[in-house]
This record gives sequence, structure tokens and C-alpha cells, in this order.
Amino acid sequence: MNEPVSLLGRAVIAIERPLKEAVWDCRMCGQCILHSTGLSCPMRCPKNLRNGPCGGVRADGACEVFPDRPCVWVEAWEGSRRLPLWRDHADHLNPPVDWRLQGSSSWINLATGRDRRRPRGWVSEAADAQRA
Amino acid sequence: MRSAPSRLAALLRQGHFVVTAELSAIDSPDPAVTLNRAAALRGHADAVNCTDNTGAHVHLSPLAAAHLVSEAGVEPIMQLTTRDRNRLGLQADLLGAAALGVRNVLIMSGDDVSAGDHPEARSSYDIDSMQLVRIARTMRDQGTYLSGRRMESAPSFFIGAVENPFAPPYDFRPARLAKKVEAGAEFIQTQLVFDVPRLDAFMRRAGDLGLLERVAIIPSVAVPRSARGARFMKEKVPGVQIPDAVLRRLEAVPVARQAAEGIRIAVEIVNQLRDIAGVRGVHVIAIRWDEGVLTVIEEAGLLPRPLAGAGAAVAALP
Ligand code: SF4
Repeated sequence: MNEPVSLLGRAVIAIERPLKEAVWDCRMCGQCILHSTGLSCPMRCPKNLRNGPCGGVRADGACEVFPDRPCVWVEAWEGSRRLPLWRDHADHLNPPVDWRLQGSSSWINLATGRDRRRPRGWVSEAADAQRA
Repeated sequence: MRSAPSRLAALLRQGHFVVTAELSAIDSPDPAVTLNRAAALRGHADAVNCTDNTGAHVHLSPLAAAHLVSEAGVEPIMQLTTRDRNRLGLQADLLGAAALGVRNVLIMSGDDVSAGDHPEARSSYDIDSMQLVRIARTMRDQGTYLSGRRMESAPSFFIGAVENPFAPPYDFRPARLAKKVEAGAEFIQTQLVFDVPRLDAFMRRAGDLGLLERVAIIPSVAVPRSARGARFMKEKVPGVQIPDAVLRRLEAVPVARQAAEGIRIAVEIVNQLRDIAGVRGVHVIAIRWDEGVLTVIEEAGLLPRPLAGAGAAVAALP
């Protein structure tokens, strides 16, 4: 179930939603990772991939599911090459989506740190810890 | 690679050039059907993939298939897509597989339902394949679920993932491979290779990134049975690229001899792949044509396979 949204939340959403929808076709997942996707919203990917393209991308760079649309991740990769600051963020392993945040304000979740709350068993550097 | 009692892992660790194949999709509740198909591949393949609703068509579940394949004396690789199960179902099936003695898992997003026989379905896509690789790795290495709750003991897996060097964005593919290795993948099966130079370029880049020592890359080779079949694959199977030269070569011979030509093409590709640094084996597949697969493995000189008994001994290695 989605988490309840406060009055302040609603006010912020009233600004955030139309703005980000217009610029990035934002789907209001509430946990924005545009910095690691070359400013291409990953929630437009029909497979909800947050860590790179699937193997189905067509030779012309179109989406496997919607042949008339470019793959979100082809755009993400090209976009990330142009970012001066967040280039390497394309290598980040993004954690599973917290679906309870759907429809909430990513700005507020960023400010409160709510978007950085992970399931307890999510190990960000598991492989590295194991090797050590 | 951490020790996992997977024979496939042991063979790779010993430096064998491994051979894997695929159980053709099963639509029968009769276990004998699966047992027989698995037995047909015994002695030719070191491990056999059990697909997960391949092409987004419903078939026997990979968990049941993997169990039956091991009953037939063949080591299974259980495929698991993030398309059909959410994070609870996926972890439950991973643990279930471990409980049934399945030691190899291959994690992927899966073809979209629009490619299959239930295009009206709602896909799960709760988590992505990269995240599931990390979750499987954590289950094994820490003995915990994603929630952090502990299992009674940790399951043992050899963890695989897939990569498609032939799909854009090409420059991103090696970086994405690095990310999968970072997430915890220990072996990779690639999309079908027809374009060897592109695979070669991908492998070089993976080598530059220092990945070839950390992950065993097993390219897939298809055995086309006819020019029509190859064209169908090119047009209908997501992610498969077949150069026109290959199609023309098949079309140039009469229909009756196309199967033999398909075998020749596959054998040539296997031989080219063997010369590429970092290629640790091949995954040979055909669409419902086990004979074609067996012939390619024979004619490419990949027999005899290391003895099954060798597995028990090497599994004890650190
Ligand atoms: S908040 Fe979520 S849905 Fe919106 S742009 Fe960012 S990643 Fe996309």
C-alpha cells in the first residue's frame, strides 16, 4: 500500500508532478535516480529496469516492447556520457524499488532520507565485503 | 569464485572448456518426458538450462524441470526471470531450488509478455535482474533474505546472469557486465552469437575492465535448422541479431540440405569462439532439435566431456 501523503507533501507534489512530468515524463516513483540514468527516467522502461538495459533492445535502439519508442536505457547511456558530474553514477547498483513510495514526492523523500531506506538484507557492497 | 558444490563451477575452476545445452520447453505433466529429453543430452553437455517460460510462453516450471533433470543424472542450470514473480516468489524459488539440490541459477529479466502467448498478462517486474543477482548472492554469502531475516542455513549456488553484446547501447554492454559482476554474477551466458567480431570486441573490452578473471563467459551458439527458422529467430525472438550473410548462406542451399549447413555454421562459430581469450565454454542451442545440438558438440570436437564422477572429487576443492 502507498504511504499516506501529508498536506505539505501534497503541496510539493502539486509543483513536482507537473514539472517533472513535463521535463522527464516522470512516473512519480518517489525515489529519484535520474542522476544515475543520464536524466532519462527509468520508470518509463516497461520492465522497470533501474540498472541498465535488457537484452531485448532492437538494433535501431528501439524498445523491445514498444518498437516505436527509443529504449529508455539507450537514452540513459548517451545522456550519462554528457553529464559532467554524474557520469560514473551509471555504474551504481540501484536497490529494489520501494513501491510504497509510488506517487509521493521524491524531493521530500530526498530531504528526509526516506528514499535511502533499504530493506535490512540489501547489501550494497556484498561482493566486495565477501572478497575481503 | 567461492566454493559451491556445482560441478559446472568446478569444471570452470579446473580450466575445462565447458559445454552447456538447453532442455527444450516441456508441456507435459508426465515426468518421463522431461527425464527422456534430459537423458538425451547426458554425456554431451556438462549442464543443461531449464528455461523459465521462455519467449513468455507458459511451460513446465524451471524448478520442477531442474529437479527432474538432476534425477536424469544431468546437472541443471535453473533459469529465473524477474518477469513472473515478485521478490517473495523469486527468493522462495531460489531456496526451493537449493533444497532440491539445484546448484546453478541463471538470472534474467525475461522476454516481455508481449512476445508470448499471454500478451494480456500483467508482468511482475517488481525487481530487476541486477538486483536479483545481488539478492541471490546475499542469500548464499550471508544466509539472509532481502528483508534481513536469516535462513536456517545458507543455500549454495553458482550464480549466473545473461548479457547481450549484440544489442545497443553497445558501449554500455561491457560496463553493464561489470555491474553484474559487482552485483555477484559468477558466470555469464550470452545472447546467440552469429556476429563473432562483435563478440570479440565485447570480450576485449571486458578484458580491459579486468572482468575475465572474475567471471566465466559462456557465449551461446544456435544451430539453425533452416533458412526460414533463422529468419523467424531474427524477426521474432527479442534481442537476436543474425547478419544477412548468414541468412544468405542458408538460403543458398536447397531446403533439404539447410539443416546440414546450419550445423556447419554452428561448428564454425564454436571454433572461432574457442580462439577468443576469456571464452570459457559454449552454450549450444536449437529450437526443438536436440539432434542438431548433439551433432554440433560432436563435430566441434568437444567430446568426450569430463567424467561425471570427476565432479564429486573436485567439488571438495576449496
Ligand atoms: S522520481 Fe522516479 S519516476 Fe520520477 S523521474 Fe525520478 S526516477 Fe523517474
